[in-house]
Amino acid sequence: MLLINCPWCGPHNESEYHYGGQAHVPYPDNPAELDDRQWAEYVFYRDNPKGPFAERWMHSHGCRRWFNALRDTVSYEVLATYRLDEPRPEPRVTDPAGEQR
Amino acid sequence: MTAQPQPAPPEHPDFLWRNPEPRSSYDVVIVGAGGHGLATAYYLAKEHGITDVAVLEKGWLAGGNMARNTTIIRSNYLWDESAAIYEHALKLWEGLPEELDYDFLFSQRGVLNLAHTLQDVREGMRRANANRLNGVDAEWLDPDQVAEVCPILNVSPHTRYPVLGGTFQPRAGIAKHDHVAWALARRADEMGVDLIQGCEVTGFVKDGEKVVGVETNLGRINAGRVGLAAAGHSSVLAERAGVRLPVQSHPLQALVSELHEPVHPTVVMSNHVHVYVSQAHKGELVMGAGVDSYNGYGQRGSFHVIEEQMAAAVELFPIFARAHVLRTWGGIVDVTPDASPIISATPVENLFVNCGWGTGGFKATPAAGLTFAHTIATGEAHALNAPFALDRFTTGALIDEHGAAAVAH
Repeated sequence: MLLINCPWCGPHNESEYHYGGQAHVPYPDNPAELDDRQWAEYVFYRDNPKGPFAERWMHSHGCRRWFNALRDTVSYEVLATYRLDEPRPEPRVTDPAGEQR
Repeated sequence: MTAQPQPAPPEHPDFLWRNPEPRSSYDVVIVGAGGHGLATAYYLAKEHGITDVAVLEKGWLAGGNMARNTTIIRSNYLWDESAAIYEHALKLWEGLPEELDYDFLFSQRGVLNLAHTLQDVREGMRRANANRLNGVDAEWLDPDQVAEVCPILNVSPHTRYPVLGGTFQPRAGIAKHDHVAWALARRADEMGVDLIQGCEVTGFVKDGEKVVGVETNLGRINAGRVGLAAAGHSSVLAERAGVRLPVQSHPLQALVSELHEPVHPTVVMSNHVHVYVSQAHKGELVMGAGVDSYNGYGQRGSFHVIEEQMAAAVELFPIFARAHVLRTWGGIVDVTPDASPIISATPVENLFVNCGWGTGGFKATPAAGLTFAHTIATGEAHALNAPFALDRFTTGALIDEHGAAAVAH
């Protein structure tokens, strides 16, 4: 079970949270000008990286607020959590030797 | 004890497949030697006479999701497009042991999908009727009839989510997954297909907007056409070819108990309390539940998912309360926005993709192979996979099997 640090409530178990998929997906600036392909991109296509991934979580059994997390999709380590109005932090990645780079 | 004793597993043939070095060029390269990749190679050779084929596998043959699934085969899907392809798969399964001359213990012991709420009841009845209209065997059972099919199931009205009925597909069942892969591999190999293990595709060789080969850890391999059948890693692979896929990879875990006498005569699935249970030929209880909510490639799942599925299993099957878990494992499944697969050409010429099977690829293995082989060989969709093209996310012609697929994603 993941231990996720809610920016408002502190660390709680994964089962208290709801997952919201990729973070930082902006609503189109000029929606009336998008063609079908661009709408498909916005609605259905998301990044699916192997490694650090910025994603949305909601503390549904706590403060019920959305926030963002940077999480490694291979190790499942939660590298950082941050408020929606904060920028994506640089990934802190630990290599197999335990050195941070 | 209601279930019949199982026969001992059959002996394997003394020769399965060669282990060749890759040649520098093939007519077709398939990436991924799981069930779908092997079935594709088999049908390329059998249906289209294309035998200059290599199946590249980064690990070992059928060691990914094919080794990790819960072996359930059924075709009781709601929508016409899904019923057509899964029912075609089931019909192929029914002839495949003889066709491949390999007894992979295909056992049509039926699948029960339980209903625990009024909405479940309505969904189940609707699905059973839709199944019948599509030529899929299905019936609605009341709780007493459910208990007749599976006497160890607790259908009393005093559980937290009582069994209000269920759908039953008698022709559904299970098969021994490893043996399925080996059976397909042996026949493909016999017809000249090179099965190459320990060969990871690291990039694609392109000539303009056309793919002409793959880069691997064993060197460059030229290819007339390339088919991707890499399940959870489909988007990682496709990205190397410059193709973005509408899939998200999630961990899906399963577990088995120690061996027990045969007590469980069918397959029981419950979407609402969310567990599915069958008993393997050897006697293990094989159980699964939903995917973890988050994206992941770690081939392990969250403990709370197992905890919830075990609680559901013990409530439904009090007889299993003291069974011990022997081992758990996880696979990585690629889930599409409409919980339906993609078997399709891609924007890159000569590059084809078979992906997005989510939690349910095993049951489709023969039909996925047949239709993907057709698409690769002819460049055109087979009637069964035409609705499952990549462009449905642009046109909006989705096949939304979320919930309707009789298992939650």
